Amino acid sequence: MIHILSLLTPAPAAFDLPPAIATEAPDVDWLYNMIYYISVFFTAVITGLMLYWVKIYKRKKGDKRIETPHFPRLEIIWTVIPCFFVIFLFHVGFKAYMKQAIAGQDALEIRVRGQKWFWTFRYPNGREENNHLYLPVGKQVKFVISAADVLHAFYVPGARVKKDAVPGMYTTMVFTPNVEGDTPVYCAEYCGAPLGYPEPALEGAPHGGHSAMMAMIHVVSQQEFDKFIKEGPKRPEGLTDAQWGGKLYKENACVTCHTTDGSKGTGPTWKGMFGKPVELNAGLSGGVGNTMVDEAYVRESIAKPQAKVVMGFNPVMPPYNLTDKQIDAIIEYMKTLQ
Amino acid sequence: MTEAAAHADDHDHAHDEHGGEHHGDHPKWLQHHWDTPAQQFDAAKIGMWAFLGQELLFFSGLFVAYAIYRTWFGEAFAAGSHQLDRTMGAANTCVLLFSSLTAALSVRASQLGKKSETTIWILLTIACAFIFLIVKYFEYHAKFDHGLLPGSFFGTPRDMLSFSPLPPDPKVAEHLQELPDHTHVFFSLYFVMTGLHAIHVIIGIGVWVWILKRNLRGDFSKRYFTPVDITALYWHLVDLVWIYLFPLLYLIDYVPHGGHH
Amino acid sequence: MAAITTDQHGHGHGSGEPDVDYIRKSKGLMSWLITLDHKRIGVMYLISVMVFFVFAGVMALLVRAELFTPGRTLMDPDTYNRVFTLHGVVMVFFFIIPAVPAALGNFVLPIMLGAKDVAFPRLNLLSYYIYVLGGCFGIFSMINGAVDTGWTFYTPYSTTTNGAVVWMVMAAFIAGFSSILTGVNFIVTIHKLRAPGLTWSRLPLFLWGIYATSILQVLATPVLAITLLLLMLERTMDIGIFDPHKGGDPVLFQHFFWFYSHPAVYIMILPGMAIVNEIIATFTHRKIMGYRAVFISSLALALFSFLVWAHHMFTSGMSEYANMVFSALTFLVAIPSGVKVFNWTGTLYKASIWVASPMLYGLAFLFQFCIGGLTGLFLATLATDIHLHDTYFVVAHFHYVMVGSTVFAFFGGLHYWWPKMTGKLYDEKTAKICFWLIFVGYNTVFLPQFVLGSRGMPRRYYDYLPQFQFLHQVSTVGSWILAIGGFWMLFMFVQSLRNGKKSPWNPWNSAGYEWGSPTPPPLENFNKQPVFTRGPYDYHLATDAELGEEQVK
Repeated sequence: MIHILSLLTPAPAAFDLPPAIATEAPDVDWLYNMIYYISVFFTAVITGLMLYWVKIYKRKKGDKRIETPHFPRLEIIWTVIPCFFVIFLFHVGFKAYMKQAIAGQDALEIRVRGQKWFWTFRYPNGREENNHLYLPVGKQVKFVISAADVLHAFYVPGARVKKDAVPGMYTTMVFTPNVEGDTPVYCAEYCGAPLGYPEPALEGAPHGGHSAMMAMIHVVSQQEFDKFIKEGPKRPEGLTDAQWGGKLYKENACVTCHTTDGSKGTGPTWKGMFGKPVELNAGLSGGVGNTMVDEAYVRESIAKPQAKVVMGFNPVMPPYNLTDKQIDAIIEYMKTLQ
Repeated sequence: MTEAAAHADDHDHAHDEHGGEHHGDHPKWLQHHWDTPAQQFDAAKIGMWAFLGQELLFFSGLFVAYAIYRTWFGEAFAAGSHQLDRTMGAANTCVLLFSSLTAALSVRASQLGKKSETTIWILLTIACAFIFLIVKYFEYHAKFDHGLLPGSFFGTPRDMLSFSPLPPDPKVAEHLQELPDHTHVFFSLYFVMTGLHAIHVIIGIGVWVWILKRNLRGDFSKRYFTPVDITALYWHLVDLVWIYLFPLLYLIDYVPHGGHH
Repeated sequence: MAAITTDQHGHGHGSGEPDVDYIRKSKGLMSWLITLDHKRIGVMYLISVMVFFVFAGVMALLVRAELFTPGRTLMDPDTYNRVFTLHGVVMVFFFIIPAVPAALGNFVLPIMLGAKDVAFPRLNLLSYYIYVLGGCFGIFSMINGAVDTGWTFYTPYSTTTNGAVVWMVMAAFIAGFSSILTGVNFIVTIHKLRAPGLTWSRLPLFLWGIYATSILQVLATPVLAITLLLLMLERTMDIGIFDPHKGGDPVLFQHFFWFYSHPAVYIMILPGMAIVNEIIATFTHRKIMGYRAVFISSLALALFSFLVWAHHMFTSGMSEYANMVFSALTFLVAIPSGVKVFNWTGTLYKASIWVASPMLYGLAFLFQFCIGGLTGLFLATLATDIHLHDTYFVVAHFHYVMVGSTVFAFFGGLHYWWPKMTGKLYDEKTAKICFWLIFVGYNTVFLPQFVLGSRGMPRRYYDYLPQFQFLHQVSTVGSWILAIGGFWMLFMFVQSLRNGKKSPWNPWNSAGYEWGSPTPPPLENFNKQPVFTRGPYDYHLATDAELGEEQVK
C-alpha cells in the first residue's frame, strides 16, 4: 500500500531535501512530501476562504446582527476525519522509522565517538580515524554512538538519520548507503564553541565548535573499503612527516586548544615547546613538578592527557587513540615550531 | 501564602468605600472586592489548594528521580538507607504527625473563637517544628562526620559548619570502603529531598509565627479564621511529604527485629 | 436584554458622580509601584515585558546579522552562543510566558468578569516584584559573562561550561514563581468573582483560554523549578544526578526539562488563541462558531500537553517503544488545534467583517498558526522528525507558533485593548502600515528556514557551508524589515500616549463585557456592579446603545 501511495506523490523534491544516499531515505522522503502537499493544501484552503469571506462579507452600515449559524455535522466531520488522518500518519511514520532503528545480523558495525569538536570512527578491525568515514556501498551499517564529554548528535542528512551521542551511554542508528560518493555528517546537538576563531578539524568545514564539527562519509566500492580498513590512514602522497603532522594537528582538533604562534589558548602553545623543560601543576600531575617536552612526554600526553598537566592550564584535554605513525608525524611537526 | 488574609489597614484607603472601619456588613477583614465573607473564605481555600497542587508537583520531580535511580542502583540505595538513623527518622515522623494534629486543633479553636486555646495549639505546632529541625541537625551532623555526603563530596568526613575536611579516621574510612559503588547517588537524593523539605518546615515556622502574632493581636474570630485554616493546610502538606520521604529513604529493605533477612 | 446599560455613559445608578479613571485616581511613581490595582499592575507588567522583548529582539537581530555571511561577520563563536542563548532565555521566561496573561490578562480579566479586582490583589503585586527580581538575576548573569548553553540548558554541557549559569538559572527559577502565583490568582478569580449572570457557559473565550493557561502554569512550572534547582545543585555541589561519571543520567535532565517545557509552550499559545477569539468575535460581530468545541479544545490542549513531552527527544537514545508512544500521543494535540482553526474560519462565513488593525493581526494569526501547526505534523511523525530534529525546520516551526501566532495575537490584543487601557486611540493608518511591515518581515525571516532545515542546516550554528548562504541572507533581510515595523509600531504607541485622540468608550463596537465599563475604567472597573443578562458574543441581543456609535462607515 505504501508503494502505491508513493507512486501518487512526486519524487523527492530536490528543492527541499538533500540528495538521498541510503535505501531507507525514499520512505522518509515520500512521507515528507505527502505531509508537505497536505499542509500546503490546508493552508491554502483556510487562507483562501479567509481572504474570500473577508472580502465578500465586509461590514456595511445596517448589517443585521444575527446568531452564528450552526453546522453540527460539519463540526463532527472536521473532528473525526483529522483523527483518521493522524492515525495513518503515525503508522507510516513509525514503520519508516523502524527501518533506521533495527539492524540486521550482518550489519557492518561502526563505532562513533563525538567530542568537542570532531568525530572519531572505529572500524570492526580496531582501526580508528577522525573526520572521515569510509563505507562500502550497498551494505547495511549499524552505528554505535557515544560521546566523550557532552551531548553531540550524529546527523547524516543524506540518509535522513540522526542520533544523539550521549556520554556514558551507547545509542544506535542504522542505514544502508546505496550511492557512491561523499555525503556530509553534521553535529546536531549544541556543544559549545572554543574561544577565539580557530580552524575546524575537517578542512573546509565551517568554524565555531558545534558548527565546525563536520565529518565526511565516503561511500566507496567494497574493494576500496576493504583496502582502506586494512591499510589505515597513511601519510598522504607528497607530504613530509612534518607536513602530515600539521594536517593531523587540524584534523584532530588540536588546533582548537593549542596555538602555534605563542598566543595563549585553552592548552599550552606548541611554539618553542618541543625539547624544552616545562613546569607542571604538581598537584594534578601526581607530585611531578616539571618535565622535559620530549617524544615520551608527547606520546603520554596524547594518550593520557591528565597524567601530567602544565601549570596554569585546566585538565580538560580528552585522550586520543592515534597510531604510532600519526604521533611520530605530529612530533615532527612540533619540532618545526621553534 | 496567606495573602488572602487581609486587614483593611493594609489597603490604600482610597480603595475602601467604607473608610476602613468596622461595619456591620463589611467588617475590617473583608477585602473591598469581595461581596461576602463566604466568598473570600472559599477563594482563599481554592487558592491554597491550587498552591498545594503545585507544591506536590514540585516534590514529585524528586520522587521520580528517586524511583529511577533506586531501580538502577538498588543495592546502593539499600546500603545508604541502612546508614540512616531509623529511630531519629521515626521520632521525626511522630513529631510531624503530632504537629499536624495540633495544627488542626488550632484551626478548630480558632473556629470556636477561643483565642488563648488557639495560641497554645499554634505554639505546640511551632515547638514540634523546632524539634523536627533539631533532630534533623543531629542527623545531618552524623552524616557529615561519616562522610556520607552528596555526589562528589561523598567519602570525606567534613565539619558541618565550616565544611572543611575532618582529620582522617581509619574506622570511618574502612566503613566507607564497604559501601557499594553508587551509594553517593542515594545521599545526593537524600540531602536534596530532606533539605528541600526542611526549607519548607522553616518557611512553615515563619508563617506560623506570623499567624501567632495576628492571633495575639485579636485578628481572628468565629467569623474570620481563614489564615489559620490555610496555614494549617500548608502544614499538612509539609507533613504529608515527610510521610512519603520517611519510608522511601529510611526503610528500604527494612525488616523489624525477629524477622528474616 | 442588554448587559450593562448605564455604566458606559458614566452615570451611576444613584451612586452619585462617576469615579475618575484609574490613571488619574492617584499620582506619583509610588502610587504605581505599591498599587494593588490590577490595571496598574498589568500596565507595569506590560512595560517590563516590552523592555525584555526589545532587548531579546535586538539579540535576535544580532544573531541574524552574524548569519548574513559564512564565517565571522560580527562576533566570535563564543559570543554568538551567548547572544542566541540570551535571546531564547529572555524571550521565553521574561517575555512570552508573562506577556499575555500577566500584562494583558491582568488588565482585562477582572473587567471582563464584571469584578472589581483579582482574587488576591497583594499576591498580584508580589507576582510582579518576583518577576522583576528574576529579571535582576538575569541582568546580573549577563554582566558576569552570561550563558552559552542555549535556553534548554542541556546537561552535561550546562553543568560543565563556564559562565554565569547559576545566576541565569536562578533568574528563570524565580520568574517561575511569578508565573505560578499569577496562575493561582486567575484560577480563583474566575471561579469566585464572576458577576451575577456570568455563568460558565457565558464565559468569554478569552477567559477560558486564560483559565486553561493558569492550570498549566500552576501544575507545570513547579517541575521546571525542581529541574532548575537540581541543575544548580549539580553545578554548585556536584551532586552527580545528571553526570554519567557519577552514575547520573544526562538524558534524565531532558525528561525533567521537557515535562515542564512542553506544557510551557501551551502556556504560550493558549493565551494567544484566547485573544484571537475576542478579536474575531468583535470584528465579525458574531459569536465564535462552535463556542463549546472551542473551550473544550482549550482544556483538552492543556490536558494533552502533559502527555507529549518526549517528542522533543526522539533522537536522544530513548527506546523505540517510548518513541512510538510519544509520537502517537503527540498527534492528539493536532485535533483540538484543528478544531479551533476550523471554527475561527467558519465564524467568518456570512459575518459582518471589519478589518481594523487588531483584526489584521487576528487574520495573520490564522494563516501563521496553520503553518506552525501543520509543520508540527512533520515533527510528530517519527521518520520525518529524525531528519528534521535540531535543524532550522524546528526553529521555523516554533517561531511560527510562538511569534507568528502568539506574538501576532499579543500585538493584536495590544491594539485591541489599547483604547481601554489608555483612553486614547493610536493612528490607524500607521498601525496598518506597521502590520504589513511586520507581516512581510516576519514571514521573510522564517519561511526560508523550513527549507534550510529540510536541506540539513542544523540549528544553533555559528557558521555554515556556502550552499546555505542565500536563504540565510533572505532571512536576515526579513529581520530588518520586521525590526523596522516593530520599532515603528512602538513609536506609534508612544505617540498615541503623547497626543493620541480620545477614544470613545466602545471604539470597536464590541459586545464584549469589558467594553461595558468606562474607557479607561475607574479604579473599581465599573461605576455600578454589572449584571449580565446575555452572553459576551450575543450580538443579536446587544442593543445599539451598548455597541456605541458605529465606527465603520
